[in-house]
Amino acid sequence: MADLAVDIGGIKSPNPFWLASAPPTNTGDQVARAFDAGWGGAVWKTIGEPVENTFSRYSSVDLDGKRMMGFNNIELITDRPLATNLAEIEAVKSRYPDNALVVSLMVESSQEAWHRIVRQAEDAGADGLELNFGCPHGMSERGMGAAIGQVPEYCQNIVVWVKEVATKPVLVKLTPNVADIVPPARAAKAGGADGISLINTINSVTGVDLDTFAPRPTVAGESSHGGYCGPAVKPIALHMLSAIARDAEAGDVPLSGIGGVATWQDAAEFILLGATTVQVCTAVMHWGYRIVEGMIDGLSGYLDSKGMASVNELRGKSVDRLKKWENLDLNYVIKAKVDQEACIGCGLCYIACNDGAHQAIGAERNGDRTKVWIIEDACVGCNLCSLVCPVSGCITMEQRDTDHDSINWIEYGEGKGTIEPRPKHGVTITAD
Amino acid sequence: MCWDAPCIRACPTAIDVPGFIKRIAHRDDLGAARVILEANILGDSCAHACPTSVLCEGACVYNDVDGRPVPIGKLQAYATDPVVQGGIQLFEAGPATGKRVAVVGGGPAGLSCAAELTKRGHEAIVFDGAAEPGGLNTNGIAEYKLERTAALGEIEWLKSLGVTIRHNTVVGDDVTFDELLDGFDALFIGAGLGDIPLLGLPGEELAGVLDALQLIADAKTRSITTDEFAGKHVIVLGGGNTAIDAARLAVRLGAEETTVVYRRGSEEMPGYAHEAAEARREGVAFRFWSAPHSVVGDGRVMTMRCTRTEPGDPGPDGRRSVVTSDGPPIDISADVVVRATGQAPRRSMLGELSDLELDSRGRVVVDDEHRTTQPGVWAGGDCVNGGKEVVNAVAAGMAAARSIDAELRR
Repeated sequence: MADLAVDIGGIKSPNPFWLASAPPTNTGDQVARAFDAGWGGAVWKTIGEPVENTFSRYSSVDLDGKRMMGFNNIELITDRPLATNLAEIEAVKSRYPDNALVVSLMVESSQEAWHRIVRQAEDAGADGLELNFGCPHGMSERGMGAAIGQVPEYCQNIVVWVKEVATKPVLVKLTPNVADIVPPARAAKAGGADGISLINTINSVTGVDLDTFAPRPTVAGESSHGGYCGPAVKPIALHMLSAIARDAEAGDVPLSGIGGVATWQDAAEFILLGATTVQVCTAVMHWGYRIVEGMIDGLSGYLDSKGMASVNELRGKSVDRLKKWENLDLNYVIKAKVDQEACIGCGLCYIACNDGAHQAIGAERNGDRTKVWIIEDACVGCNLCSLVCPVSGCITMEQRDTDHDSINWIEYGEGKGTIEPRPKHGVTITAD
Repeated sequence: MCWDAPCIRACPTAIDVPGFIKRIAHRDDLGAARVILEANILGDSCAHACPTSVLCEGACVYNDVDGRPVPIGKLQAYATDPVVQGGIQLFEAGPATGKRVAVVGGGPAGLSCAAELTKRGHEAIVFDGAAEPGGLNTNGIAEYKLERTAALGEIEWLKSLGVTIRHNTVVGDDVTFDELLDGFDALFIGAGLGDIPLLGLPGEELAGVLDALQLIADAKTRSITTDEFAGKHVIVLGGGNTAIDAARLAVRLGAEETTVVYRRGSEEMPGYAHEAAEARREGVAFRFWSAPHSVVGDGRVMTMRCTRTEPGDPGPDGRRSVVTSDGPPIDISADVVVRATGQAPRRSMLGELSDLELDSRGRVVVDDEHRTTQPGVWAGGDCVNGGKEVVNAVAAGMAAARSIDAELRR
């Protein structure tokens, strides 16, 4: 069995699976049950000056029968008294000395307020601190959360204040609601952060009730934009995580990946793109703490199958595989291939290619069914047919030998080589 | 969602199956119902009565993935049940043309023809000899497939569109063909088939010998109860779908042993293999290569006596003929014998139309547009095809209506 233990910026955890700062980490009872279920760490739901929440708080987007493909909330930070949270943190930490207990913090932008909350969290026994610079709704209107994460200078200033008194590692949780995630990451590092957690939720309006015209989640017929998360946001999170991992300046900061993690495969992808730990919220809100059992076993088995003794060997292995587009090989030629034995004759690939891509699939009726074939000269190897095909493995993309060496856009622009002849579009329309 | 879906071609009424499923997926259930009912005005009863596994679902490409086709029949019922049974009328009678069409027979062919004509602005009046309309749709389809109340509910829905039905009106008795030909601009015959004729067996008059269609109808109206079948031995004569329906009904009525006796083999049986398999699962036995010889009893049926048969030379239709083999008769203990040996054509009724040509089996001869040989007269359904599915009758009725409409607008 591979070793799943990790160390992120000095915070030790028996495995990389953490609960994100969110409703599943609202109380000591919950965090204790999560640790019993197997979670390696938990980030306590953000503490600060207590707030009052609205009643209606969550809404979701379902897709083709899959519930909560995307999830949205307008819930604020903890609405429990600070003293209660601190007492429970202390109790949980004493019962679970080996688990990573990180406390998420958010207070007004004053040095004094930050110093006070850092000391309180550390005194309660926190293994680390996570600065919430990400909450995109409600708290940001009050100058906190994403309002900090969106301005690198504020971000850096507050990290500096925190580091003035902190004795435990400090993670900075960033908002994705920025044009470029790298500047705030660099600012966090410059301020002395020991790690970066991302992504927090994405500004969202999940939908509108078509009968009442009220947006969701509805609060007395009205709503407010919320924060979007769940499986829908994973690709955005993977991009932002990898953008930091690839950055020459901030790339060495340990990362805690957040955004749509629900399975061990999701976790492995985040780790391959540079994450040391992953944080989970929506999947637990959907299925409960027990999902971690499959995540632990699955990741462990996967590492074994790859001959890796520790999860640390997996980290970052795909970071260098992400490049700027201009560095990609223009002479990597692939073409679609249809396995006629496996084909069920639905014709989806034909219509997808003909209407939605490059008119490179032919079709004709063959008995009851549709017979399709790839028009090799027109196929640009875009993958679309293989993506829409309902039969696993029926359409594959095959690499073709070329007469030319690999060449990228920059080299091509500099006249350093030749590119393969490009496919031709099949149909030309004329004026009459 | 197939690009060129084979289920559409497998449906006699060519329902745009991907089109209606797409609308269900888009939460447009009424739109889905409209797509179905525009192609098949009896789409609700067809959703329940159709042998989908040999039609749309049998053609589904997903059979090749995991043997599980898209559940088209269930989806269709999902869309049409609330509309048709809920009395939501999606259509309206077309602008009046002033033309009148008489429709003989209130079964699926006649009803669908009348409904389509109504949508096209013609006044369609259905003449039906029974107290209740619907023909076999109301009384002849096993209740576990299509409930009688649903069939009648669908007819109420057709009436809300503007279809007029004259019940208890036997064409030939209560109104003559000549009166219809004189009083209407066109005539559609959807008269279906007649009774199951007696086989001429000794003992066929004994109490306990039943007509399969009458049995099914009685069961649907609850005028027969399990008391009459519980613990009994039931013999069903015939090898078609009515025989299988009757046998499965006997099981449901509590028969202890139910045996289908058919003079040919399993492969020659005209009933659907999947229906026969269901019947077997329910405990129905099949005795092939056995022909009824006589019914033996004392006032009531006691024994069904059969003779062995064997395949002979292929006949002109390619089916093997049946020859009686030598050997002692086979006596099967029986309390009830059900005749399911096929309905007879309505020769005498149809004979009243002097220019109407029937083929050698008594079926009305029609062209591609369902025109008969008698000018101004169209026909469709069982009286033309010899007995097929509800959906075939609907397809014929609607096609005939289109042809009549074109003719009347000429």
